[in-house]
Amino acid sequence: MSANSAFNDEKGGSSSVGEPEYGHDPASGGIFSSDYKRHDDLKEMLDSNKDSLKLEAMKRIVAMIARGKNTSDLFPAVVKNVACKNIEVKKLVYVYLVRYAEEQQDLALLSISTFQRGLKDPNQLIRASALRVLSSIRVTIIVPIMMLAIKEAASDMSPYVRKTAAHAIPKLYSLDPEQKDQLIEVIEKLLADKTTLVAGSVVMAFEEVCPERIDLIHKNYRKLCNLLIDVEEWGQVVIINMLTRYARTQFLNPNMNESLLEEGSDKTFYGSDEDEEEEEEEEEEKDKKAEAPAMAKRKPYVMDPDHRLLLRNTKPLLQSRNAAVVMAVAQLYFHLAPKAEVGVIAKALVRLLRSHSEVQYVVLQNVATMSIKRRGMFEPYLKSFYIRSTDPTQIKVLKLEVLTNLANETNISTILREFQTYIKSMDKDFVAATIQAIGRCATNIGEVRDTCLNGLVQLLSNRDELVVAESVVVIKKLLQMQPEKHSDIIKHMAKLTDNIQVPMARASILWLIGEYCEHVPKIAPDVLRKMAKSFTNEEDIVKLQIINLAAKLYLTNSKQTKLLTQYVLNLAKYDQNYDIRDRARFIRQLIVPTEKSGALSKYAKKLFLALKPAPVLESPFKDRDHFQLGSLSHLLNAKAGGYQELPDWPEAAPDPSVRNVEVPEWTKCSSREKRKEKKVEKPFYSDSEGESGPTESADSESDSASSSESGSGIEESGSGSESEESEEGSESEEEEEEEKEKDKKKKKKELKKPVQESESEQSSEEERKHERKSKQRKSESESESDEEEESESESSQSESEDSESEAEVKKKKKAAESKPSSKPVKKDNKKEKKEMSLLDLDDFEPAPSPQATPVNAFLSNSLATDLEGLSLSDAVLSPATISPSSALKSYEMLHRITGEGLSVEYCFSRQPFSPDANMVAVQMQFTNNATSDTKNLHMEDVKLQSGMRVKEFPEIELLPAGEMVTAVMGIDFCDSTQAANFQLCTHTRKFFVSIQPPVGELMRPIFLTENEFKKEQEKLLLGQLMGMNEITEKLTLDVKCRNEHSIVQRVTTAANLSRVPCGSDKECSPPVPPPDHPVHRFAGRTVTSSSLVLVTVATKEEGAAKLTINCEKMVIGTMLVKDILLALTQ
Amino acid sequence: MIHSLFLINASGDIFLEKHWKSVVSRSVCDYFFEAQERATEPENVPPVIPTPHHYLISVLRHRIYFVAVIQSEVPPLFVIEFLHRVVDTFQDYFGVCTEAAIKDNVVVVYELLEEMLDNGFPLATESNILKELIKPPTILRTMVNTITGSTNVGEQLPTGQLSVVPWRRTGVKYTNNEAYFDVVEEIDAIIDKSGSTITAEIQGVIDACVKLTGMPDLTLSFMNPRLLDDVSFHPCVRFKRWEAERILSFIPPDGNFRLLSYHVSSQNLVAIPVYIKHNITFREGSSQGRFDLTLGPKQTMGKAVESVLVSSQLPRGVLNANLNPTQGTYTFDPVTKAGRTPAEVGSRSAGSDAPPARLAHTAREVERLKVNRLDMYGEKYKPFKGIKYMTKAGKFQRDDLVCITGVSTLTYETVTLEPSSIITFTSAGPN
Repeated sequence: MSANSAFNDEKGGSSSVGEPEYGHDPASGGIFSSDYKRHDDLKEMLDSNKDSLKLEAMKRIVAMIARGKNTSDLFPAVVKNVACKNIEVKKLVYVYLVRYAEEQQDLALLSISTFQRGLKDPNQLIRASALRVLSSIRVTIIVPIMMLAIKEAASDMSPYVRKTAAHAIPKLYSLDPEQKDQLIEVIEKLLADKTTLVAGSVVMAFEEVCPERIDLIHKNYRKLCNLLIDVEEWGQVVIINMLTRYARTQFLNPNMNESLLEEGSDKTFYGSDEDEEEEEEEEEEKDKKAEAPAMAKRKPYVMDPDHRLLLRNTKPLLQSRNAAVVMAVAQLYFHLAPKAEVGVIAKALVRLLRSHSEVQYVVLQNVATMSIKRRGMFEPYLKSFYIRSTDPTQIKVLKLEVLTNLANETNISTILREFQTYIKSMDKDFVAATIQAIGRCATNIGEVRDTCLNGLVQLLSNRDELVVAESVVVIKKLLQMQPEKHSDIIKHMAKLTDNIQVPMARASILWLIGEYCEHVPKIAPDVLRKMAKSFTNEEDIVKLQIINLAAKLYLTNSKQTKLLTQYVLNLAKYDQNYDIRDRARFIRQLIVPTEKSGALSKYAKKLFLALKPAPVLESPFKDRDHFQLGSLSHLLNAKAGGYQELPDWPEAAPDPSVRNVEVPEWTKCSSREKRKEKKVEKPFYSDSEGESGPTESADSESDSASSSESGSGIEESGSGSESEESEEGSESEEEEEEEKEKDKKKKKKELKKPVQESESEQSSEEERKHERKSKQRKSESESESDEEEESESESSQSESEDSESEAEVKKKKKAAESKPSSKPVKKDNKKEKKEMSLLDLDDFEPAPSPQATPVNAFLSNSLATDLEGLSLSDAVLSPATISPSSALKSYEMLHRITGEGLSVEYCFSRQPFSPDANMVAVQMQFTNNATSDTKNLHMEDVKLQSGMRVKEFPEIELLPAGEMVTAVMGIDFCDSTQAANFQLCTHTRKFFVSIQPPVGELMRPIFLTENEFKKEQEKLLLGQLMGMNEITEKLTLDVKCRNEHSIVQRVTTAANLSRVPCGSDKECSPPVPPPDHPVHRFAGRTVTSSSLVLVTVATKEEGAAKLTINCEKMVIGTMLVKDILLALTQ
Repeated sequence: MIHSLFLINASGDIFLEKHWKSVVSRSVCDYFFEAQERATEPENVPPVIPTPHHYLISVLRHRIYFVAVIQSEVPPLFVIEFLHRVVDTFQDYFGVCTEAAIKDNVVVVYELLEEMLDNGFPLATESNILKELIKPPTILRTMVNTITGSTNVGEQLPTGQLSVVPWRRTGVKYTNNEAYFDVVEEIDAIIDKSGSTITAEIQGVIDACVKLTGMPDLTLSFMNPRLLDDVSFHPCVRFKRWEAERILSFIPPDGNFRLLSYHVSSQNLVAIPVYIKHNITFREGSSQGRFDLTLGPKQTMGKAVESVLVSSQLPRGVLNANLNPTQGTYTFDPVTKAGRTPAEVGSRSAGSDAPPARLAHTAREVERLKVNRLDMYGEKYKPFKGIKYMTKAGKFQRDDLVCITGVSTLTYETVTLEPSSIITFTSAGPN
């Protein structure tokens, strides 16, 4: 754009061309006389070397942009500064660039290279901001560059960059819709992302680019549900709205049975007397509730567990501070929840009525729609909808609407009393709306019809004409229902024609008199006489009604009114309005018999005096709920651009298994074991029934469930696999491949083995297998619920890793238990890893299950043979890994003396605490040294630091004298070494006790190969933004502790870590440490936050060693260093 | 999502525009002006206005209309809530959100808007993140900036955006560690003409001002948490903990924030600490009338009712009114016809006509929310803790005064003062 046109634009159409308005524009400074040079000073400043001058210039330019002035002629001067060092200048240049790039495409290209450089920056924030600006520049030529940048950023390491990539997708799409297919690929990839930061943004991109591709959601559905509570509020709104649509396509209508019933009841409804209909409806409502279970028996409806998951995970969001989130959840419940559960949203919506008036406006619109469908829901909150005189009119009218919808015979008297007050308001629009509302109440509720009518008639003597006019109109509608009873009212209204001037009201009165002229035979002709007199001065609608009145009177009482009618028709014949002329001609032909008048005149009476149906006064919000509530389209009652229809419920549920997330391992396994699978199948599903749908299992019947459950069973196991599909999936891929290989080998051997092994063993193996599956599922469902409980849990990824490591601990435990018989099993961690997938037994009781021994015996045998083929680098290693479980350190909780005979010791059993993976299991041993029995041993009054949780041990009813009992409780220490304080209560006494964990117990071992270990270590070091992640200490090893075995043992005793095998994968680990100075590595994750804990002990000559600990949690790191240091040097 | 934003002042000037996607001509606001003309009162402009190609969603705050232009389906509350958040942020930054303040800080405003939305979708709305990105302008900083040439834009990269607690920035340091909590309760009530309460409800909030070093983890427990059955929380509150133990556990944002707001519904009967009576007479044959309003404290168990403010909206027809309170002072605004008499304690009569009478007071008889204790974990120092309780009047209104019937036809002209501390007014209308 040239400077000249720019100037003209800037003037915003002011007529005085050529006279610059300097006064309005401080940026121009008023120094330059020529228009063309008016930005020269700015250009000069931008070209200068001083940042302060540049900044000043940019500020002035931005101020001009803000006021809508055109500054596009400065583009070249500004763009030059895109690489400026000063951050604020840079930012302002970005603002300018994004605003004008579209207009100056060629010049804008100059800046692209700067951003491309930024995309490669090691700092994630710079990468993100470069991508953000690059994608905001609407220049078509750079589409390929943008595409490339987005693709790259979508697989960036930093979630923040990935979020920015998600934001960039709709930008690119709006610039070039051709890219849709490629963008969908990126969206698909990002949808699989497991961080909360990305979730909201990518769903927003999904909604803008491909809302119809609902199939992309399947695999991510459960993850989105679980992440929802931790997503930022704006993302929550978008996700909830999308999930509502998704759920409508994938699940069955939870109110199916009720809607069937409703249909049935509708018949009686219409057949019933008007006066009773309300009552009946109420009763029916009750009936429905009573009948529902019966109906359910006939046609069982079982809610899909995924459907339940969505409802459960969105509910807490009703307490969000963000009205949009609350509304989104409310509409989700309205559209998706079973009728009995929808009620929970009412309270939250009513709370929103205290917010800003704009929020009230939107909420009330939605409440109005909901209150028609589900009146009972808002009835308890009736008073919250009472109108305050300070409310803006539009709010008042909406509240009135809600009050009217809520009216029934029980509350109508209170509501009418309220309405009476409102009529006295000064706000005339509101008064008119109130009178309308009274009319609607009267039509809907038969009992109060007369009361309302009387009240309205009283209003006819109101001093305010508007009130009177509105009343007349409403009375007219009411009278149509039972005219015969109310001839006195009609008479009264006839009298009003002298006074009332409002045309609509006059027209209504005339229509009434005409319609019911038989009830007022004496007055009607007189009214017509008066009207004929004033005909020429009336408004058009009144004139039409006068003609109507005349025609009707002529037909009923032609003797008195013949002349009058003809007079009126003559006047109308020459009226200015053609409608009136037409009407007059038409009516004359109909009613006045002439030779030419056709056959119709015979039927004139029937035509004019036919019985007219009474009008139905309906809410304008009726049936608005076919629009998704809370949407713009619903508010406007018209489809807005880009609105996605809310689909109807499907007739039959689509395959729920599409939401399963596939796990390579699982499928491989199943294909291998197909034969076995089949045998296993039945108990597997029936076994799992209780877990799969805790909420629904009650109403689901076992026989019908088995079929429906089989589907959900598959999907549950699928979700189990989700947990295994961790972020580092690609890394572990090869591993898995390797394992598979080994698995196969093992399988082969297994197949051979059973011949030698006894039959029972095989069956036990099978049992174990099936148990493992169900356990796997169990643990999965647990981890799912865990996540829900633990709002801070960062992502499902960590969760899955938890369960993985949990499995590992378990496995180790198992191994430990079977130690004497199966030594070789522990030879190799590799082996253990493989075993994990098979041996994911997850016992609830800490005591070894009786099954465990034979199982392990078997396993060890097969493994032993298996292991023979493997070269082991160090045989001493494995026992050390196990040893800590045998050397559990126990701590005293309650001394025998203070406990008056009761003594309690506790130790950290290092077993996963199965009810909650985030908890540390604490095993307690109660010993009763007293002479009397102790009863009702339980805990009370748990005092915890924030974030910590405790799962209490079950109450011990009786501890006989001299006996010993163990119990296990779980504590989530939240990765801190704060003590958990509580009271230990017996039937007589209470003892204050506390449990303080050593830092080493706050983690659980995980298995890593040396390579993985190094990678993770590097990752931790790279991500130094989060603070120092590495702590190094030099130490001299204790004399007794210089051999490998003792080092490993001491470290694993001090902390619950697992040894990283070294040298087992030599081909990938580059420098093998010299054998005389071995490096020992240990890995674990903290229990609550699943942060990696990596410990390296590098030994050197003469007992010197270097201890390195890498951990995101600095506190844990430092404490751990101290502990391990102590352990190694003592 | 949000395409553009226009800020329009009371006189109908567009004084700021910002576009996040391609530029939308400001002529789109003409539809808004039309709607504004149709509406009699400023607050009656519909929040959502459809136009042929766009939809305008507006909020009115501080006599400024914030008009967002959107092009396709988006939940209206989403936009409304966001616009209010924008206003809150401005208020947070500049102390007030007036046209003058926005114009003075137009660059900061622009930078803020740029950060808050990306392509029309909210990006950073947490005030702590924003403050990390763009420092709020203070006099001192402006001076330092002019001298040293440094800027308002944060030098550090906003790491807050990346953290798990996006509402709190890292590296906060204070010499005095303090945490203050204000428990403010407002009573809303409607009283009918006989003086009985039709509905009364309590709306409470806990506003906090937390200035603590590091990453403190606070827990707040209540004596009577059962009062809180309808609550909304700041996102920092751990919801599960609340569900399980009725304890508020949170890592607080730095500075001022609203921790929670709650609502005690009308089911629990709320006693109003004052009574109110009225009387209206019209003088025969003249257009004058007299309106008495008597207001007195009920039993308040020895607590004083403080800062009572009676405000009353007179009908348009009133030309003038003279008010005569027994206690305190009064004002009469001939433009809005609102009479107000603030006073201290005791019984008084204040004059004016028509329903709404607002009262502010600081005592009530019902049980109120009480904080039990506040604990801090995660940091070593001992903070100073303070909790303050306040009760305010919300929308407290006298409903249903007899006089309203037909009052709009009266014109009140003069008002005579009488020693009996009762307000009289004369009416010059036909009645």
